[in-house]
Amino acid sequence: MNAASLLAQFQATGVQTCFHNRHINPQILAGLNGSNWHLKDYEARGGYQALRQVLGQTGAPVMTQDQVIAVVKESSLRGRGGAGFPTGLKWSFMPRQFPGDKYLVCNSDEGEPGTCKDRDIMEFNPHIVIEGMIIAAYAMGIAVGYNYIHGEIFHTYQRFEEALEEARAAGLLGNNILGSGFNFQLHAAHGFGAYICGEETGLLESLEGKKGQPRFKPPFPASFGLYGKPTTINNTETFAAVPWIIRNGGPAFVACGKPNNGGTKIYSVSGDVELPGNYEVPMGTPFAQLLELAGGVRKGHQLKAVIPGGSSSPVLPAGVIMDCTMDYDSIAKAGSMLGSGAVIVMDDSRCMVKSLQRLSYFYMHESCGQCTPCREGTGWLSRVVDRIETGQGRASDMELLNSVAENIQGRTICALGDAAAMPVRAMLKHFMPEFEYHVVHKTCMVPAYV
Amino acid sequence: MIEIELDGKKVAIAEGSTVMHAAEKSSTYIPHFCYHKKLSVAANCRMCLVDIEKMPKPMPACATSVTQGMVVRTKTDKAVKAQQSVMEFLLINHPLDCPICDQGGECQLQDLAVGYGGSSSRYEEEKRVVKVKDVGPLISMQEMTRCIHCTRCVRFGQEIAGVMELGMSNRGEHSEIETFVGQTVDSELSGNMIDICPVGALTSKPFRYSARTWELSRRKSVSPHDSTGANLIVQVKNNRVMRVVPFENEVVNECWIADRDRFSYEALNSPDRLTTPMIKQGGKWNEVDWKTALEYVAHGLRNIKSEHGANSIGALVSPHSTLEELYLAGSLVRALGSENIDYRLRNAQFDSARPGARWLGLPIAALSNLQSVLVVGSNLRKDHPLFAQRIRQAARHGCVVSAVTSGHADWALPVAHANILAATGWVQALADIAAAVAQEKSVPTPQPGQVTASALAMAQALISGERSAVLLGNAAAHHAQALNLLELSNWIGAQTGATVGYLTEAANTVGAQLVGALPGVGGMHAGQMLSGGLKAAMLLNTEPEFDAAGGAAALQTLAKCDMVVSLSPFKTNLECADVLLPIAPFTETSGTFVNAEGRRQSFHAVVKPLAETRPAWKVFRALADILGLPGFSFDASTDVLVQAMDGVTESASGMVITARLSNASVGVQAAAVAWVEPCVASIYQLDGLVRRASSLQLTVDARMAVTSEVVA
Repeated sequence: MNAASLLAQFQATGVQTCFHNRHINPQILAGLNGSNWHLKDYEARGGYQALRQVLGQTGAPVMTQDQVIAVVKESSLRGRGGAGFPTGLKWSFMPRQFPGDKYLVCNSDEGEPGTCKDRDIMEFNPHIVIEGMIIAAYAMGIAVGYNYIHGEIFHTYQRFEEALEEARAAGLLGNNILGSGFNFQLHAAHGFGAYICGEETGLLESLEGKKGQPRFKPPFPASFGLYGKPTTINNTETFAAVPWIIRNGGPAFVACGKPNNGGTKIYSVSGDVELPGNYEVPMGTPFAQLLELAGGVRKGHQLKAVIPGGSSSPVLPAGVIMDCTMDYDSIAKAGSMLGSGAVIVMDDSRCMVKSLQRLSYFYMHESCGQCTPCREGTGWLSRVVDRIETGQGRASDMELLNSVAENIQGRTICALGDAAAMPVRAMLKHFMPEFEYHVVHKTCMVPAYV
Repeated sequence: MIEIELDGKKVAIAEGSTVMHAAEKSSTYIPHFCYHKKLSVAANCRMCLVDIEKMPKPMPACATSVTQGMVVRTKTDKAVKAQQSVMEFLLINHPLDCPICDQGGECQLQDLAVGYGGSSSRYEEEKRVVKVKDVGPLISMQEMTRCIHCTRCVRFGQEIAGVMELGMSNRGEHSEIETFVGQTVDSELSGNMIDICPVGALTSKPFRYSARTWELSRRKSVSPHDSTGANLIVQVKNNRVMRVVPFENEVVNECWIADRDRFSYEALNSPDRLTTPMIKQGGKWNEVDWKTALEYVAHGLRNIKSEHGANSIGALVSPHSTLEELYLAGSLVRALGSENIDYRLRNAQFDSARPGARWLGLPIAALSNLQSVLVVGSNLRKDHPLFAQRIRQAARHGCVVSAVTSGHADWALPVAHANILAATGWVQALADIAAAVAQEKSVPTPQPGQVTASALAMAQALISGERSAVLLGNAAAHHAQALNLLELSNWIGAQTGATVGYLTEAANTVGAQLVGALPGVGGMHAGQMLSGGLKAAMLLNTEPEFDAAGGAAALQTLAKCDMVVSLSPFKTNLECADVLLPIAPFTETSGTFVNAEGRRQSFHAVVKPLAETRPAWKVFRALADILGLPGFSFDASTDVLVQAMDGVTESASGMVITARLSNASVGVQAAAVAWVEPCVASIYQLDGLVRRASSLQLTVDARMAVTSEVVA
């Protein structure tokens, strides 16, 4: 079965990634149908009202920079790209009164395997990102911004450029936005196909035209970012959440989710479910409910394991994840990470060793090669897992994998090393019997996958 | 100052320093590969991970800034485990080449594996292999499988050499260091990459497979080529020079040397070496012993003196000769009654009675701190690679570089203002800058000039900088209107506060002036001697065909002399010479050079002279003895040095007191001469040693010089 026929098969099902009616209280993906992304459509559903409110054009007084940041802090909005860092806090790191160049960057590289939410946001609701970025730029006194979109979705990048043009023509971008005296230029830039360019400093290097090799931190982008100037980088979905927060206030956003995990989150559910797609649900939604929205596990199969937040997050066995709610704190307590919210569902037909083989290969392929543990270690891990999967494993291999993964973690320039190490350790922790079976019997413990 | 605790010891260090700096200060060694004190921080080898209190992960010492009260431990379990794991990772793809690798014995990976690595590797998978590369005659990239991707070579190109010739292509474990698809590494400083590569990936091609590092004795010396006076370590095996590497001297050459300094040693063992004195009799060259040769020369000198007068005897000396050789050459000529001695073989215009020796005007280390510099008549990068490197660093910190020169040579540094024009226009170009300075300072201009846009920009750059300089290169020194160029420069310097100096061409240009290798009153200068003024000529360490203005024509004019004595390490000057005397190159004699900043640097011989070769100072002593001239009975070259430097006082650090150095032009006279293009040598044509260094002659710079005009 090749990629083209798989895609054709999927398209034949008529499944739409986000135009279904199975979201719960959606803020970002509400009411989209694929063709109502234009400026006039966006404004018809209340778009750019948040911006007008910030600029004091809705009757309420103009909001100061401090007030905007306070609202975002109050909302407990956390970075939706994977790290879950409090957004208001990140914005407060920027030197607001600093007179020199500063930059705002949107990370739309969306490389984390399993994640496809930002693609839909930019293709079907680009203006929400633009509005969020203008408000952010206002809050931090930034005059120039870039949206770095990964190169594999070139048509989405073109769509975003069209949306930018609409915004510029309407006086929403450029000099003297809506007559407020605030200037902000926003440009789109596209990548060329590297996962590592989703790492914030790798992205900055790529944006500057260099090889996308991450920088060591400190210094952090807030003090030394794009072209060496103070820079704030946030994920697409994070910016997309901002307009609702401004219009409805911080506490309302928290109420949508749960304390310290406010608002809604878009989960890209993929794998062995009947209705894979993007689902926007409130934070704190039980996993069982999310699984139901996605049509449940494939007919005739049982849930075995779930990777809750993109391939870099540790896998959780069915028994553990079914007791979790989908939010940062609950997943972290269970021993994993919410990450980007890419939920990869695996049923009882999946061999965990084979899954790990594919994951390890990914990290070996995407390592930038700068630092020793990642460059050499990801290759080592991949080769050992390969051997186990193809029946050449040795009894000492599992301990070796754990040791190598431990040696990589925490010793690299960026988090790709950790991202490569954690899946290995998690798989071994929860599914050791499958690995041992492979070594002894030289074949998968589960029947051949369908 | 910030105080931290490092392995239990308190260390005080300046704010903004890293933990690595603190470790260096307290003589604690933290293992590392990618860190280099002269390059930017990369933090990619991860070998220097140390345990810092309150930080959950081990932190790279080279990239972590110190904070007050920081507690750093380099030997705790956390740090040691990190070091061992990184070493294990480095060795999994590294080939087991030690027995056949040139770097064995001086390899950082070997040393750190023994000191900080585990005892065995657990890697039993396939290793990756990297293809062989050919990047030129100097650097061998034939075993890039050994590369550990520290990227020192990449950063060296970007920051020190000014051209990024090596880069890391691809990603992940397919990363490899290479030039841009099939190109060669051509920088004149490229050999330093061999030093900084911590493994045997970048090695010296000429030195390949010739000796093990522990078989070599290390002896200090000084470069005889350009006026930097780079400190060298010459490595010798069985009385043969095998290799030359830098000796660190922060104020002269830092830790670098130019490729010219590094690879010229190949000429020392060239088949072109003159191994015994030779005399031309009846059109045929005969090998003779020293006694015969010297008596022949003495006889010839006496006859020519009585027949044509003492004034028909003269010496053309190379400014690459040692102080002792130059002094004794002058003493000999003067003892015979002549004042005809000159080192200025490429000059067109000759001034008389200088107030002091022409020199750089400032310490070499000061070049790195200039805020503004105007370079006149120079191919800065190729003629003075180490000076150019210092100015490159200054430019990275904001120094405004202006240039008035011909040719479009790329200096690998940002030149803010360039006036590229033929040498015929340089005087006017400087006059224009002077006019601009005059306008800015509201003073009368010294010479008619036009305030062009570029002249104004250069003038303003010189006026605004606190530490600024006007530096005259070789072409400016050899220019037909050299004195006028100097006068204008001095005027500009006086008005703007810029220091005026000559980059100076050779290792001993300054020294030659200090010990009297210049014609005295009534003496002929080099130009006159080279156009037929002599009957007896002594050529010290020079080949007029390549070293003198006029080239082959000068050679033919000299051939008309009654007697020409060529003192050289090489069999050369055969068309014009009557006697060839084999003298020692710099490695086979003790001697002294005074570099551009007036630093006297003495050195010993590092190998015994080849065959019948003798140090030139001993040759002059013997010749004077046969001629019956008094005052030449020196026991050691140091005795010659003492007498030569009589009256030249030095500071405690060996720098010549600036009273004897001067670039002033007031009262200096020079006859006007017909226009001639300034005679300069390209980088690998500078002196006899370099011209015979086989690997250097295969470089792009050398091959381009042969096929195109010599440009300034």
